[in-house]
Amino acid sequence: MTHWQLTEEQGAIEEMARSFGEEHIAPYALEWDEKKHFPHDTLRHAANLGMAGIYVDEDIGGSGLKRIDAVVIFEALAKACPSTAAFLSIHNMVAWMIASYGAPAQRTEWVPRLCRMDWVGSYCLTEPSVGSDAAALRTRAVRDGDYFIVNGTKQFISGAGSSDVYIVMARTGAEGPKGISALVIFKDMEGVSFGSNERKMGWNTQPTRTVNFDNVAVPVSHLLGAEGDGFKIAMAGLDGGRLNIAACSIGGAQSALDKSIRYMSERSAFGSTLDRFQALQFRIADMATDLAAARIFLHHAAHMLDEKLPDATMTCAMAKRFATDIGFSVANEALQLHGGYGYLAEYGIEKIVRDLRVHQILEGTNEIMRVIIARALLGR
Amino acid sequence: MKVLVPIKQVIDANVRPRVKADGTGVDLANVKLSINPFCEIAVEEAIRLKEKGKASEIVVVSIGPAKAQEIIRSAYALGADRGLFVETEERVEPLAVAKVLQAIIAAEQPGLVILGKQAIDDDSNQTGQMLAGLLGWPQATFASKLEVDGDRATVTREVDGGLETLALTLPAIVTTDLRLNNPRYPTLPNIMKAKKKAIDVKKPEDFGIDITPRLKVLKVSEPPARKPGIKVASAEELVKDLKAAGVL
Repeated sequence: MTHWQLTEEQGAIEEMARSFGEEHIAPYALEWDEKKHFPHDTLRHAANLGMAGIYVDEDIGGSGLKRIDAVVIFEALAKACPSTAAFLSIHNMVAWMIASYGAPAQRTEWVPRLCRMDWVGSYCLTEPSVGSDAAALRTRAVRDGDYFIVNGTKQFISGAGSSDVYIVMARTGAEGPKGISALVIFKDMEGVSFGSNERKMGWNTQPTRTVNFDNVAVPVSHLLGAEGDGFKIAMAGLDGGRLNIAACSIGGAQSALDKSIRYMSERSAFGSTLDRFQALQFRIADMATDLAAARIFLHHAAHMLDEKLPDATMTCAMAKRFATDIGFSVANEALQLHGGYGYLAEYGIEKIVRDLRVHQILEGTNEIMRVIIARALLGR
Repeated sequence: MKVLVPIKQVIDANVRPRVKADGTGVDLANVKLSINPFCEIAVEEAIRLKEKGKASEIVVVSIGPAKAQEIIRSAYALGADRGLFVETEERVEPLAVAKVLQAIIAAEQPGLVILGKQAIDDDSNQTGQMLAGLLGWPQATFASKLEVDGDRATVTREVDGGLETLALTLPAIVTTDLRLNNPRYPTLPNIMKAKKKAIDVKKPEDFGIDITPRLKVLKVSEPPARKPGIKVASAEELVKDLKAAGVL
């Protein structure tokens, strides 16, 4: 059951995604990071290759693949730029949510456009004062005839301002998880506004803004699933989202490791190249071992989610915690091995460290991952 | 019009080839193999002809060991319609390949054959030319531009002095150069569909062709390592050294 090696098709998928990243993302990633450029055209090109609706059914424009295929793709793309790959993961989650929970008209109307990336999608769960405790969210949607009137603010929204479609978790009923519904809100609806692009440590190839809803009238036909399904939908997306973020960490860290190996064969000190020093060789050996362990663990978790096995949620949380911690420490170690040059933007290492740091925080912090794991093992 | 595209699996362009310890050839064990880049350009050109309505069917053909079937799938994922694979563990030489292709062409009756100008493993650059010779068809090698109009093809090729344009009557043989096109990436759905498509597998004997190599490889060795240069202090010294080396 464990994937000891990729299938021939997964090999072809990996090669496609990696070559695409090498040609169309990697050469520009540092510039996008510096200028905070959101590479919409490049993402649309990726969409043309099927990477915007990876696990969406083919009849509505998706690629009909599995989670295990997706983690292969996101690792390959993250080698070129973790931040850009991670945004594509968020967009994929939006397309998948509408494909999975949407009514027939929502699926056929909206999903093909998301799969072509004619529309870009964002996901709005977190609020200024509600993060890990998502069930306490305060954005309200009050039914008024054929509309929900939405008021509230969403915080840390990736893609906000650039995206066309927002899946917004809002309270339509009582306190607690069962009072939450998922609404599909368009950028151009009256009363939707955005904060300024946040200045942040990494993830600069995608904007992060607050999204404000001021008496936004959202047609009832934009409700995803039934009223009160919101929290369930929100949580369902997270297992897969965690796998993808873990894959982005492994891809970024692998690229940092590859750069370090190259650098150590070129840089000399005390009369020989760095790769001749055993202390440094051992660090490379440990980094590669840690990454291999994280990758195998991640593939195992993806397989469990694909097969809907009982402990899939716990295992996804474990893999996310493990892979994002390992990914960050490997990238940080790679920076150390580069010495002063690692600290310079030009070498592309410090960007990876900055980008991977947030993977330990988002899609559920790594502390929340431990909560999920402990709950599964010990009960509530 | 049917377009036939013969393709070859080679050691990947990004792999550093290593010579086998016994000097009999390049070590291919556990080495990444890919479709020859010039062959990929040929597949892409055939797909573009089909998209322009100039070609009706793209048939890819490969000759090689069982593992090489993978590249037929790669070509399917890009857009080839049908694949024919001639399986042999024998080392195949350009003339043998050309003869097998001649037999396939007799059965398939394509209007145009597009091949890579050479394979990046042995760099023979002979198959297309030999095939044209065997068939008595016109040939245009090293194409950097190809236009098809009815039973005529116009090929632009890069020559030392600039560009040369050839007009051919179809059926004809065209071999591709690097700048003919930039091959597309396969889409995810097409990669998955390629898995389900059938491949017609044959043996060289099915065509009654003897592919036994006619050349004997005596020895394969690494190119000699480059010797370090020297640093000179002044232009005078450089001129003096160059004169001493007999190059001035």
